[in-house]
Amino acid sequence: MSIFKYSSPAMFFPLAGKLLPWFSALAVLFGAIGLYLGLFVAPEDFQQGEVYRIIFIHVPAAWMAMFIYLVMAMYGVMALTLNTRLSAMMMEALAPTGAIFTALALWTGALWGRPTWGTYWAWDARMTSTLILLFLYVGYIALINAIEDKKRADKAGALLVIVGSVNVPIIYFSVKWWNTLHQGLSVSATAPSKMASIMLWAMLTMAIACWMYAIAISLVRVRAIICERERDRILGQERIRRREPAPGSAVASL
Amino acid sequence: MNWAEFFSMDGRGFYVWGSFGAFAIAIVVEIIFVRLRAGRAQAAIEDALLADKARGRMQ
Repeated sequence: MSIFKYSSPAMFFPLAGKLLPWFSALAVLFGAIGLYLGLFVAPEDFQQGEVYRIIFIHVPAAWMAMFIYLVMAMYGVMALTLNTRLSAMMMEALAPTGAIFTALALWTGALWGRPTWGTYWAWDARMTSTLILLFLYVGYIALINAIEDKKRADKAGALLVIVGSVNVPIIYFSVKWWNTLHQGLSVSATAPSKMASIMLWAMLTMAIACWMYAIAISLVRVRAIICERERDRILGQERIRRREPAPGSAVASL
Repeated sequence: MNWAEFFSMDGRGFYVWGSFGAFAIAIVVEIIFVRLRAGRAQAAIEDALLADKARGRMQ
């Protein structure tokens, strides 16, 4: 049996319902472990004191902000090239969560920056490019809601997200390319971590929790979007299944 | 463990709890809104099917 059958919204709807409790449970489990490690087990930082604990939510939020945007861009490519309805729906389902994570990354960064750098905000390369990411999310949501024809809205939205994805590597590498206020990478896939292992584990656990949460909430939202957009199709199929003629239809008037 | 000390976060409680609190509020608000939206969307379909059934009985 091909997994591609799940690219159909009608087939994906029940699958999303089945997956939802698992991702929700994993989000709660990893969130509880991450918070316990971050707030109770990890020791005070010798330079920053207790305020460094903000990184346990700031870094996962910033990672999710970038990651969700890239996933949206991938769905955007699929929506434009394969013309799959579910891809556009997934983009719509992911965008608000991505925007919330971006806003939280900025908010928690500001609250960390004040006691550490002495300022809530600076027009630093990473902060500015993250603010642009928030505008891209908000712009996408505004764009798809402003165009009445859903097919056109999906195409315009996908194009905006794909073009905007150039901003993600700019955010990630901004601390290398420009020598501004935000510190460099503490965690990288290609170099050993500069953090103490318990701090790193707390942060990674919180990152997994945020990832599971993002999947779970997107599954709920995409189910709502499927119901909203495919209402007539679902009703039609259900009427055929029940062999009940639709009111006003040719069968009903016989 | 001293809870007063824990909540004071070395005098930086405003910044730490301002961050964790905003995070928690954002997630709770998002869950509430998304569940409401999903409930409304599914209810609209169920209402239409119930209306079909009622019309069927009347005919």
